[in-house]
Amino acid sequence: MLKFTEDHEWLAMEGDVATVGITRHAAEQLGDLVFVELPEVGAVLEKGGAASTVESVKAASDVYCPLAGEIVAVNEEILADPSLINRSPQGDGWFFKLRLANADDAAALMDEAAYLALVG
Amino acid sequence: MTLTEDLRQTPLTAFNIAHGGRMVSFAGYEMPVQFPDGVLKEHLHCRAAAGLFDVSHMGQVILRPKAGRVEDAALALERLVPVDILGLKPGRQRYGLFTAQDGGILDDLMIANRGDHLFLVVNASCKVEDIAHLRAHLSDDCEIEELTDRALIALQGPDAEAVLSVLAPEVVDMRFMDVADVTLLGVSCIVARAGYTGEDGYEISVDASHAVALAEALLADMRVLPVGLGARDSLRLESGLCLYGHDIDAATTPAQGALEWAIQKVRRTGGARAGGFPGADIILPELETGAARRRVGLRPDGRAPIREGAVLFADESGGEPVGRVTSGGFGPSVNAPVAMGFVATDHSGTDTPLFAEVRGKRLAVFVSPLPFITQRYKRS
Repeated sequence: MLKFTEDHEWLAMEGDVATVGITRHAAEQLGDLVFVELPEVGAVLEKGGAASTVESVKAASDVYCPLAGEIVAVNEEILADPSLINRSPQGDGWFFKLRLANADDAAALMDEAAYLALVG
Repeated sequence: MTLTEDLRQTPLTAFNIAHGGRMVSFAGYEMPVQFPDGVLKEHLHCRAAAGLFDVSHMGQVILRPKAGRVEDAALALERLVPVDILGLKPGRQRYGLFTAQDGGILDDLMIANRGDHLFLVVNASCKVEDIAHLRAHLSDDCEIEELTDRALIALQGPDAEAVLSVLAPEVVDMRFMDVADVTLLGVSCIVARAGYTGEDGYEISVDASHAVALAEALLADMRVLPVGLGARDSLRLESGLCLYGHDIDAATTPAQGALEWAIQKVRRTGGARAGGFPGADIILPELETGAARRRVGLRPDGRAPIREGAVLFADESGGEPVGRVTSGGFGPSVNAPVAMGFVATDHSGTDTPLFAEVRGKRLAVFVSPLPFITQRYKRS
């Protein structure tokens, strides 16, 4: 099940664990990324808490935690090569895996059609 | 894209949009921050081949001496600018500063001797104040005319000479900071061999009605890509060049800004035309004694860019701030983050370790010489 937020993140749900990344639209808007900072594995984050930072040549942008939960894995490959996010934002360029505090929370998020309608 | 603000357009706004520019508000103008290739590729392409920039938002001003002698205009402008303008030969330009009574910098600018008049290029964000300042102080000696019907196009990069010489072979013979009338596509333009990237290149002042034709002709050369404000900023930062309002401002003196080189000996204490500009009593002694703080290059130790506003400390924890970052980002050609900022002079030596506070963490940085890249001006 693929879900989206208004903050341009995607969540791929497997049981109560969401793989989280930024959308293709967000990656295009940010431009070539040169640095990424990821949360610590084990960090417990609230919905809307600062989870990651991505930086282009020009600017730094925060990536927010889409739902409350615990970070259970991070994508070390994007630390070594942030351009992977631009090349594959909704695939190999994922950011982290989040064990949701409440697995039902994801149901309220947008599906792909609703997200694509939002970004036009 | 629609912009809700009432923004001014340049003669090249439609050209920028037609070539895919992502338009933003900058200094009251609708300007391209980047083109479809993006900041990173635009930056690298400019250092590898050539980039085309619309810088028409900048102010172009003529100072015409009322008595007809360009020396009168030079001496008049020396009352506002602490540089040797009388000694500037026809066909040459140099960097200058408007200073304030308290020693601060009101703007930085380029000043060209055009034979019978002076030609100035000033920052877009300051041009209204600059022109008022010129009118208030120089109107007895000079006619002051803002050229509002001209575009300014920068062509920068190692291939700039080869590209522009297709239209005008004589530009090959110009050297860094030469200014000449050059006919391009049948139209007389003012061409300076200068720029804001650290690369060789030209800045071309062209009548607004011919700007699009000239820009299209330059861009039609396979070696040229359009470059937006984003890469213009990363190019000038790597080259150690100041951005007014960020690295220097009204609260910064020339010595604090590490711009001593811009004040020639003849205007300094003991020189034939020492002083005689606003703030001389503060600016000139400071050239001898040094300032309490100084603009330096900063080289972050890690990969995280350190941006404008980050506070600098001497220690990894505790202590009072010793400085502040004024420009910072990622340097595509350096392939690492680069920054500049002010530090207390006793922390300004090359390789001094400092810490920049970013998102609550103190990241190691080292004071670095400027520029971060080798400037490739054609000096001979």
